[in-house]
Amino acid sequence: MPLIKFIEHDGTAHDIQANNGDSIMITAINNLVPGIDADCGGECSCATCHVIVDSAWTEKARTLGENENAMLDLNPDREVNSRLSCQIEVSDDLDGIIINLPEFQY
Amino acid sequence: MAAMVIVGGGQAAGQNVASLRQAGYEGEIVLIGDESHPPYQRPPLSKQYLSGEHGVERVHLRPPTFYQDKNIDLKLGVTVTDIDTQSHQVKCSSGENIEYEKLLIATGSRPRILNAPGSELPGIFYLRTIDDVDRIREAMSSARSVCILGGGYIGLEVASVAITSGLNVTVLEMEDRILQRVTTPEMSNFYHELHSAHGVNILTNTAAQGFSGDGKVEQVLCGEQRIKADLVIIGIGIIPNVELADAAGIYCENGIVVDDHCQTSEADIFAAGDCSNHPNPILQRRLRLESVPNAMEQARVAAANMLGGNTTYSSIPWFWSDQYDLKLQMVGFSSDGDAQIVRGDKSANQFAVFYLKDGAVVAVDAVNSPREFMVCKQLYGQTVDQAQLQDSNVDLKTLLHA
Repeated sequence: MPLIKFIEHDGTAHDIQANNGDSIMITAINNLVPGIDADCGGECSCATCHVIVDSAWTEKARTLGENENAMLDLNPDREVNSRLSCQIEVSDDLDGIIINLPEFQY
Repeated sequence: MAAMVIVGGGQAAGQNVASLRQAGYEGEIVLIGDESHPPYQRPPLSKQYLSGEHGVERVHLRPPTFYQDKNIDLKLGVTVTDIDTQSHQVKCSSGENIEYEKLLIATGSRPRILNAPGSELPGIFYLRTIDDVDRIREAMSSARSVCILGGGYIGLEVASVAITSGLNVTVLEMEDRILQRVTTPEMSNFYHELHSAHGVNILTNTAAQGFSGDGKVEQVLCGEQRIKADLVIIGIGIIPNVELADAAGIYCENGIVVDDHCQTSEADIFAAGDCSNHPNPILQRRLRLESVPNAMEQARVAAANMLGGNTTYSSIPWFWSDQYDLKLQMVGFSSDGDAQIVRGDKSANQFAVFYLKDGAVVAVDAVNSPREFMVCKQLYGQTVDQAQLQDSNVDLKTLLHA
C-alpha cells in the first residue's frame, strides 16, 4: 500500500496508506483529507480536486490529460505541477508522493 | 445521548456525514436511508453505470467500510415515517425511535409518474436509483427497441447509451423542442441534430397517451401513432420529497424552505439537496435545484451549521451532461441572459454559448469547452469585452485579468 502524503494549505500533513488503483482524489475523500471537494465524483467535469504535486514526483504521476489541462488552465492558483487528483491513479511507483493542497477550489 | 441524524441516503446525506466527521465531531451520527445501498452518485446512473463502464463500487460515494471506520451508523432500507419536533425524535419504519440533537432532511426527489392506460405493464421503467438501472440494464440486454418519454438530460443521456449499444431508440417530447425547460432553442437544435445524426428518432410535440402489449409493453400509443418498443424509460421530471417535513409542520413551498444556513423553519432541523428551496445570494433569488454540486455544497454548509458554525451558502449553480463523446458543462441559467455570444465552432462540436444580461456574464453552455466553463465560473456577474469573448484566438486568461 503506497503512502501518500497530503499537505494542507496551512501545513497540516496527512499520511495516508492508499490502495493501488484508486485515484489520489478518492484516497483523499475516503480518508477525510480536507481541501478537495470533488463534486463530480471523478469525471474531470468540475476541477474541484485540484492539487499541486511535489516537483520530485511529477514524472511518476503520469501525464497531464488534454481535458485536465484545459480545466486547470483557467484556475487562478495553477502552478507548474498542478493536477486534478481524480486523474492520478495510485500505484507502487507513487509510494511516498507528496501532494500539496491549494487554499481554495474553484 | 442525542445524535446528529440524517434522513435520506443520497449525495447530500453522504457528504453531510463525512463533513461532520471531517469537522471533528465525535458524537453519534445516524444516517437513515430507504434504499439498500450506501450513499452513491446519481449522475453516472444514466451514463457510465447504465453503459456498464462503471461498476457499483465506482458509483458509491465512499466504500461501505468508510462508515464503519468512522463510526457512522447507516440504517439502510429504513424509512422515516414521522418527525416529532417537540420531542426531537424521528420514527422509523423499523419501529425504532431515534432522538436527534440536530436533524438534516436530505430526502431528495422522486420521478414524476405518468398515469396512462397500460402504464403498469412490465417493461416500463423510471430511472432514479441503482436498482432501477439494474432492472433497465437487464431489460436492455434482450431489448431491440427502446422508447424514451421525455427529452430532458436524463432521457437524452439514456438515448445516447442505448443507441450506442445497438438498440432502436425513439425519444418522445411533449414540447416543441427537447430540453425546452432547461436551455435555449439553439442548444435544443444542436442536441436534436446530434441525436438524429446518431440515429435516434426524436418526436417533438408528441405525448404518450398509453401503452399496449401482451403481458409486457410492446407499443407506445400517441394518438394515431403506434411506436414499437419492448422497453420504455420515462424521464419526465422529478418531484421533491417534502411530505415528511410538511407533515412535521416545517414550512414547505416548492421544496423545504431553508435560509442561507440551510436551516428550516425549525431551529434544529436543516435541509439540503434536491428537496430544498434555498436563497441564492449571487443570483438574488430562491432556487430549488436538481443538482449534485448544490447537494454537496448545501450538505457541507448544513454540517458546519449543525455543529454550531455560522456558514453561509453562496455558490453559482453549475451542471454537466455527457452524451456520446460530448461533455456539456453549464454555469448559471441561460434564461437569465438577454444576449448571447457564441465562441468556438459548432460544426466541430466544440463551442460555448455565453449568456449576458446588461453586458454581464450570467451563464454558459460549454460543449467540449472546459476552459469556457471554468472562465464563466470566475467571470460570473462581470461585464466583459464581448469582441474578445467571441474570438477563440483570444486567450480567455486575458479576460480574467482585464
